[in-house]
Amino acid sequence: MSWTEHAPILIIAAPLLVSFAIPLLERIDYRVRNAAAVASLVFSIWMVLIVLHKIWVSGPVVYVFGAKSAFLPLPSGFKFPVRIMFEIDHMSAFMALSGSIAATVGVIYSWAFIREKEGGLGKYYSLFLLMSVGMLGMELTGDAFNFFVFLEIASIASFGLIAYRREDPASVEASFKYMIVSTIGAIFVLVAIGFLYGRYDALNMAYIAKHMKLGIVERVAFVLLVVSLAMKAGAVPMHMWVSDAYGRAPAAVTATLVSVSQASLYGLFRVMFSMFGVTMNNHFGGWMLIIFGLLSMFIGVTMAMVQKDIKRLMAYHAISQTGYMLLGVGVGLAVLDNPVALKSYGLAAMTGGIFHIMNHAMYKGLLFLTAGAIFYRLRTFNLNEMGGLARKMKYTTIYFIIGAAAIAGLPPFNGFASKLIIYESVYKFNPLLSVVAMVVSVLTLASFVKVFHSAFLGPEISKVKNVREVPRSMVIGMGVMAVICVLFGLFPGMVVKYLAGPAAASLVNHTAYISSVIGGGM
Amino acid sequence: MFYDLHYITIVFLIALGIYAVMFQHNLIKIAIGIDILESGANLLLIVLGYRNGGVAPIFTMAPQGKTMVLPTPQALTLTAIVIGLATTALMLSLIVMLYRHYGTLDTREIRRLKG
Repeated sequence: MSWTEHAPILIIAAPLLVSFAIPLLERIDYRVRNAAAVASLVFSIWMVLIVLHKIWVSGPVVYVFGAKSAFLPLPSGFKFPVRIMFEIDHMSAFMALSGSIAATVGVIYSWAFIREKEGGLGKYYSLFLLMSVGMLGMELTGDAFNFFVFLEIASIASFGLIAYRREDPASVEASFKYMIVSTIGAIFVLVAIGFLYGRYDALNMAYIAKHMKLGIVERVAFVLLVVSLAMKAGAVPMHMWVSDAYGRAPAAVTATLVSVSQASLYGLFRVMFSMFGVTMNNHFGGWMLIIFGLLSMFIGVTMAMVQKDIKRLMAYHAISQTGYMLLGVGVGLAVLDNPVALKSYGLAAMTGGIFHIMNHAMYKGLLFLTAGAIFYRLRTFNLNEMGGLARKMKYTTIYFIIGAAAIAGLPPFNGFASKLIIYESVYKFNPLLSVVAMVVSVLTLASFVKVFHSAFLGPEISKVKNVREVPRSMVIGMGVMAVICVLFGLFPGMVVKYLAGPAAASLVNHTAYISSVIGGGM
Repeated sequence: MFYDLHYITIVFLIALGIYAVMFQHNLIKIAIGIDILESGANLLLIVLGYRNGGVAPIFTMAPQGKTMVLPTPQALTLTAIVIGLATTALMLSLIVMLYRHYGTLDTREIRRLKG
């Protein structure tokens, strides 16, 4: 066997190793340190692509740590899944691809964005890589407790990063707030995993899914998992931490934090579809997601309208966009038991919702990075203290236009493609939901026109006189995301066919997830 | 009679932790509340792994004819304790920084972020 057999573990091994090597590399030179951080994440992308190729060729990849099979046969002949393993299907690989691209861009952007004199950069990059490792691990793992561990790695690293500018009281406050909320959520995830372990004596998700019999314990575990993961994903009504944490973290961190929250969203979908898929009343679960989605869309966008802080405004839009993903996938879940409806629009709605996950990671990351670029030059987030930036920062302006057009769903950018799929398919399910989604989209456009007008157009205020374009690493970082936004918008058919479509199909295909671990015979 | 006492203790600990986090205004008390919550979760894992008459699963000292318990819950608890330690340490250091910035530990006065 070739070394690519080990690609699944190398996805997280490379950033994890470099993360702990960074304090040593820093002794050589800061450029070595930064280059190593970028290289490890680029390596991760490469490994994700290798795994993705394998999945296309031969179905879900199962990687068991230290053995061939997840099962330990006892002398009595009873087989038991005790080993930790990764199980990567299209959905996991899709999320990992999106997350690793966002993390790479974040590190490239940090090169110039976080100035050397701010200090503590070695720790910054260590935490950044740990956060990426946690995110990727959550998306790849097939073991419930392992999921909890990676969730905590990602969370604890992000607490540190949000409070990176610790001389700013609001950053520390935001980090503390997020920490309280997130820790309680994680403890409930642990309790739920404990419940499931008590019932099935196993932590392997596929094994639990296979033996799932819905009783009172499982229902409690389900509710605990759904509520805490929806909270970590930033869905209304558990959204209060999002605006603070996104608004106060350094921009490069925020751009990646979007993907980290989406890893919790992935966990939510995995629990609902793969672990509880057959046994649950899916109509109920689906409507639960749809209602979370509608609330998030509407409350997020209305709160965004009144903001004056540019990053806080974008953070509320992030909540609102999460609603689209929940809506799309929720419609798919609601009709999961109805094969005709699933085929005619359910699968399409899920494809749209999942496609929107990656699009959101790209354009929202891009928007946060442009906000960071403005902050880098003006040292303020207040929209009233900006004006006339378009003449001074032409790349940033172009990137902002691309990001804003994509989030508002204007063609030919990626947001348009995924939103159109959601509108069309959700319309067949319930026209009213589709109308709400469109109204929210219009409000989003209005909000970003306001930002564009007050920050980039208009007369130059005195502060803007000496502003120059941001350094090259930031321009490159934003450029990568902008190019992806445009490419996905121009060729949505390819993305749906090779990435988002198979991902939706693999979420629906509950038995394939189980049988790739357990095997057909057992 | 006290068959379910451990489960009652778990519920009590978790409820106490949530109460402290939601209704206390002192940051240190909130931190203590989170720690109590974590203890509840850890106790749950330990209780799940307990078997009456089982012995510790140490390979070299395996006694003949006795049941050994499955070590997974203990391993889980150890991991959860380590994670809890990291969270607590970071939480306390953030509290120190908040106290330096605001000069108080009262959550009602630490409210720069709103709206």
